[in-house]
Amino acid sequence: MLKAACQLLQRDLLLAMRRRSDALLPLAFFLVTTTLFPLAIGPDTKLLRSIAPGIVWVAALLASLLGLQRLFADDHADGSLEQLLLAPQPLQVLVLAKVLAHWLTSGLPLLLLAPLVALQYGLDAQALGVLWLGLLLGTPVLSLLGSIGAGLALGARGGSVLVALILMPLYIPLLILGSSAVVAAGDGTGSAPHLMLLGALLAGSLAAAPWAAAAALRIAHE
Amino acid sequence: MGLSCHQLTCRRGRNTLFAGVSFALQPGEALWVQGRNGSGKTTLLRSLCGLALPDRGAVHWDEQPILATRAHYHTQLLHIGHADGLKQDLLAWENLALGGLPGAACTRADAEQALAAFGLKAEAQRPVRLLSQGQRKRVALARLLLAPARPLWILDEPLAALDQDTAAQVGEVLQAHCARGGMLVLTTHQEPALAGARQLQLGAAC
Repeated sequence: MLKAACQLLQRDLLLAMRRRSDALLPLAFFLVTTTLFPLAIGPDTKLLRSIAPGIVWVAALLASLLGLQRLFADDHADGSLEQLLLAPQPLQVLVLAKVLAHWLTSGLPLLLLAPLVALQYGLDAQALGVLWLGLLLGTPVLSLLGSIGAGLALGARGGSVLVALILMPLYIPLLILGSSAVVAAGDGTGSAPHLMLLGALLAGSLAAAPWAAAAALRIAHE
Repeated sequence: MGLSCHQLTCRRGRNTLFAGVSFALQPGEALWVQGRNGSGKTTLLRSLCGLALPDRGAVHWDEQPILATRAHYHTQLLHIGHADGLKQDLLAWENLALGGLPGAACTRADAEQALAAFGLKAEAQRPVRLLSQGQRKRVALARLLLAPARPLWILDEPLAALDQDTAAQVGEVLQAHCARGGMLVLTTHQEPALAGARQLQLGAAC
């Protein structure tokens, strides 16, 4: 079972390596959008610092939506998704492997870029730490919930818009908790509750999302 | 032991694709599903795999409904559909080794050997997007050689886009599979070189 999941993970990572431009696009989007705000607003350190968490989170959320529709759509188009559905292993585990590959290629790089972005907004080390922790807990949730949306929109016309419409409401708690954690760290009320809730979201979606996505994939094939 | 289905009916909207299809397949037997375009051959094959749900009737493997024993059934089954399931950007051997048979162990050597058997020795090291249609089909069919232990093969148009020599070679592989006691369900518009294949005509009654 684990072997099949590892095989799939290896295949998806290899594919991302071969098609680097597709994988780099969301990262470039994240970097460009977060860079535009300081340029447009001007060197008002106080203002920049207060809007930074919100902007970073919105950009991360939109960046993850960019490649999400293709999570299953490519496999669906070339027939390899059908082979996955016919695998003897539980589909949930295979979905989880695909989600992990998606996070490694889209979520993890955002974490690496976050310090660079924080520099532009003049965030101090503590705020950056909290932002980073929040992203560490939050970006896997983006991928996990995203797999449900991508599964549901499979085969539908205008799939990428549909994915965004399905997922936006689900992403809102993440957005609120992630950015308010940084604000709470700054005004001294403590960011621990926010981060714990983010962790709870991660645990919850880790438990539920693979099942929901697997069900969506089966329905899409009937 | 074997595959059977009882009174299988499939509808598309208001149209009935096929109704009351029943058959039982024993080890060593082959079933050649025939019918015009749009008569529901692919849908029937997908129902047999458990990918599509029939509107009425059920498919059984070893007297068990396949949806209840899905995990076991899928260890017994090899399905090659219309779409070849190949990744354009992966090399031919990588396609087989990493995604050829989900969950089944397959080394690079196994994959290259299977490809060489279908005359793709040099092409094994090339990305699939550089291969021709017929060569891609051969890569997809090389899966057959990786799955001798799976008793049930369900193949949708395995001979399409193949040249005559390769089609004859695939025919031999299928024949050998049946001789081993395997079961085979296939659709094709060409006459398959299969001695004693039973025939099922779709769309004749309705």
